[in-house]
Amino acid sequence: MRIELDFPAVLAEWPLLLTGVAWTVGLTAVATVIGLVLGVAFAWARASGPTWMKLVVGTYVELIRNTPFIVQLFFIFFGLPAAGVKLTPETAAIIAMVINLSAYATEIIRAGIAATPPGQIEAAQSLAMGRMQIFTRVVLPPALGKVWPAMTGQIIIVMLGSAVCGQISVPELSYAANLIHSRNFRAFEATIVATLTYLVLAILLRRLLNWAGPRLLFGR
Amino acid sequence: MVEFTLWDIVRNLLLAARWTVALSLVAFVGGSVVGLALLVLRLARGGIARRFVAGYVQLFQGTPLLMQLFLAYFGIALLGIDTSPWVSAAVALTLYSSAYLTDIWRGCVEAVPKGQWEASGSLALSFREQLRHVILPQASRLAIAPTVGFLVQVVKGTALASVIGFVELTKAGSMISNATFQPFVVYSCLALMYFALCFPISLCARVLERKLNHANRR
Repeated sequence: MRIELDFPAVLAEWPLLLTGVAWTVGLTAVATVIGLVLGVAFAWARASGPTWMKLVVGTYVELIRNTPFIVQLFFIFFGLPAAGVKLTPETAAIIAMVINLSAYATEIIRAGIAATPPGQIEAAQSLAMGRMQIFTRVVLPPALGKVWPAMTGQIIIVMLGSAVCGQISVPELSYAANLIHSRNFRAFEATIVATLTYLVLAILLRRLLNWAGPRLLFGR
Repeated sequence: MVEFTLWDIVRNLLLAARWTVALSLVAFVGGSVVGLALLVLRLARGGIARRFVAGYVQLFQGTPLLMQLFLAYFGIALLGIDTSPWVSAAVALTLYSSAYLTDIWRGCVEAVPKGQWEASGSLALSFREQLRHVILPQASRLAIAPTVGFLVQVVKGTALASVIGFVELTKAGSMISNATFQPFVVYSCLALMYFALCFPISLCARVLERKLNHANRR
């Protein structure tokens, strides 16, 4: 038995693949920025907010972390319209990714905040810094630095998870692969090409985050 | 038109949940076996084996599980073997789990102090005996909590098998939603069911973590 693989047929559709990559990167970038901001806010709420806030954020984090991303996405895209909220596939994908990442980010950043030595906060208080100032200047930067490797891993997981968004016809990379395969019936080759592209994206993203984290978020 | 009650929806989802549980167990047990073999390979042989396992882990952790499922689905068919979504999903999820588990366990083995290897080596224990009597008993204690935690990820991962047509919870959910025209209710129930499956495991992992790590805490 011979297996014939035809990669040129897939690579000939490079404009589709490129569009797919652009969407995957774009979705990930937007989700990462909003997700991180929300993660910091929620982590603050969970660490030092009022009790009801802790409860709400805690429930949110547990609900999201214990359900699959695809179910969250389907709930937002297929379930919410029945409740009167209509969304385009792209908006639904962004919202699902932001919700997903923010829940994990909350938990990760909270761990970093919890590791702050109490002496640092006392020192900041003795310098008459306000609560907000202490959080943004003393507690947060080293906390982010400590948990950045875990955060990098989580952002990559979200990027890879975005492959599911093709299921609601967001034109990202896995959707491009499906489209190519429906054009030339080269299912296996199209999937291989997309998979390897994801691998390259994951490696590049890790490098980018390792570079950007210390420079943009927690100065060295 | 047939009217569907909430109980109809929940009952059908519960029936489908059996397949989610079955697929999770197969993937977890299969992944443990393959993962352990990879771990031993990595510990026993130098250079090439180490690089092979590292590459394997990078490959599965750096690509989407959805793509791995597609590859298994199309790939096995390409070999001329008539495959079902059930087999493809089981194969893909087993390999996926093995990559993560071998990586988790590698960390646990590395956390065992180096002196333990040296001491057991100086007692003339063979590599096998070192693993069996000295290293693995200590590493496995460290490994229990993160391994249970990973089980949650496996259960959630099985939801993607719906995409290649395996009828588990998520696939059943979309089918029921299409039949009942009540997507909001169906997907809410679906999410709650996953939560009911995963949350106890998460709690269990947290409790174990606290219990077993007691000695290591300052």
